[in-house]
Amino acid sequence: MFDFGTWTSAFNDWLLGLVGNTEWLAVLIECVIIGVLVLLTYTVLALFYILYERKLCAWFQCRLGPMRVGKWGLLQVFADMFKILIKELICLKGTDRFLFKLAPYIIITSSVVMLACLPWGNGLQIIDWNIGIFFILAVSSVGVLGILLAGWSSNNKYTLIGAMRSGAQMISYEISLGLSLMTIVILSGTMSVSELVAQQEDAWFIFKGHIPAIIAFIIYVITATAETNRGPFDLPEAEHELTAGYHTEYSGIHFGFFYLAEYLNLFIVSGIASLMFLGGWMPLHIPGWEGFNAVMNWIPSIVWFLLKAFFVSFVIIWFKWTFPRVRIDQMLSFEWKYLMPFSLANLVLMTLFVAYGWHF
Amino acid sequence: MNLLCEISNAELSITATLTGIGLVFAALLIAKLISPKSYSVKKAEPYECGIPTRGASMIQFKAGYYIFAILFLLFDVEVVFLYPWATVMRSLGPSGMLCIGIFLFVLIMGLAYAWRKGALKWE
Repeated sequence: MFDFGTWTSAFNDWLLGLVGNTEWLAVLIECVIIGVLVLLTYTVLALFYILYERKLCAWFQCRLGPMRVGKWGLLQVFADMFKILIKELICLKGTDRFLFKLAPYIIITSSVVMLACLPWGNGLQIIDWNIGIFFILAVSSVGVLGILLAGWSSNNKYTLIGAMRSGAQMISYEISLGLSLMTIVILSGTMSVSELVAQQEDAWFIFKGHIPAIIAFIIYVITATAETNRGPFDLPEAEHELTAGYHTEYSGIHFGFFYLAEYLNLFIVSGIASLMFLGGWMPLHIPGWEGFNAVMNWIPSIVWFLLKAFFVSFVIIWFKWTFPRVRIDQMLSFEWKYLMPFSLANLVLMTLFVAYGWHF
Repeated sequence: MNLLCEISNAELSITATLTGIGLVFAALLIAKLISPKSYSVKKAEPYECGIPTRGASMIQFKAGYYIFAILFLLFDVEVVFLYPWATVMRSLGPSGMLCIGIFLFVLIMGLAYAWRKGALKWE
């Protein structure tokens, strides 16, 4: 596989030579470059995802979707974003202005930090803590705060109900999410993202981990759908009851931030699924099939990662157009009475498999 | 760290955080510069049903949500405790499994108690 690390280290050497070996200056410049790259990736991905979802929605309903702006509606998202940018920013009377303006910062920042933790390709990873997956989980729970603040500060009953529902849903499903990812941590014995990917070189964890890994993957996809407030679990923003849920009172680009973060969170949960279960950027390798593995190695690592992430997102979008929306009591009892006992049992099963070495 | 060998993870995390803040700040700045501004009393009212809103919105709210929040606190701390164990499970072997079995048993008893008490019932 091509290692992007050769490019970045060559760039690093060149930069160090350029600034006369003053290390702090090189680090500063590199940090700025990384920041700009993350920003670009964030916006491009969000724009792509908006189009991706709109097109998929349309195709699931036998429609064409956006077609007018640009070829096949490809420029529609740019038009939308520009329109959102030139809309007025309304701040209502009676809102808690500080919290109202703080909420988008929290939501966007948490999703940017999570994006920077994902393994994009061979040697293309920004933040790599040794507790990587734990860090991602911790940052993802900060996002709930932004939603609660947004709903609370808006001085509107719909936003309050939406935020409360969203909060209850996200914190409930976070437990199952953590437990399903933990089964893979037990299997691999590490939490570092780069280690996790490196261990999947011979086979992805979903194949390596036997039955418990497959159950964990299914649980993960369900909880990820709920975590991103999508699909059958979109009752925080149930249009028919709550107008738009917790972001009803946001206008213009303020609303745009919630919109961007929602789509980016969809990408991030899909990225985590591909990191933990589907091998991150590792190509599909089958032990013993040398020729097949060599052909698979030809496809660049970043393409592998993106394809897997887009595939999982496709499944999550598919859910949305297949299942009707659940009620809040159904949603909560599904998590606490079915999903969580199931994931605890699955955890014990995986522990058994690992303790007695039944996994591959 | 894979991207560039010289930078520590803490610096990279701070960079990512600042990038997020910078994104929001820059977009808001652009929007402030090019968006129109007008004020009217009607526009500053909350968007609810079309009729004037009644009562305050920042109120004490349904207690059911708080019960789930308390339960979440318990079980999320459990997840936090389990992660370090999960990392070393491979080297612990069957004895590690036994120890965590007792821990999980106590927790599942807690869940069963909450269930029995009706804390998981939404009304």
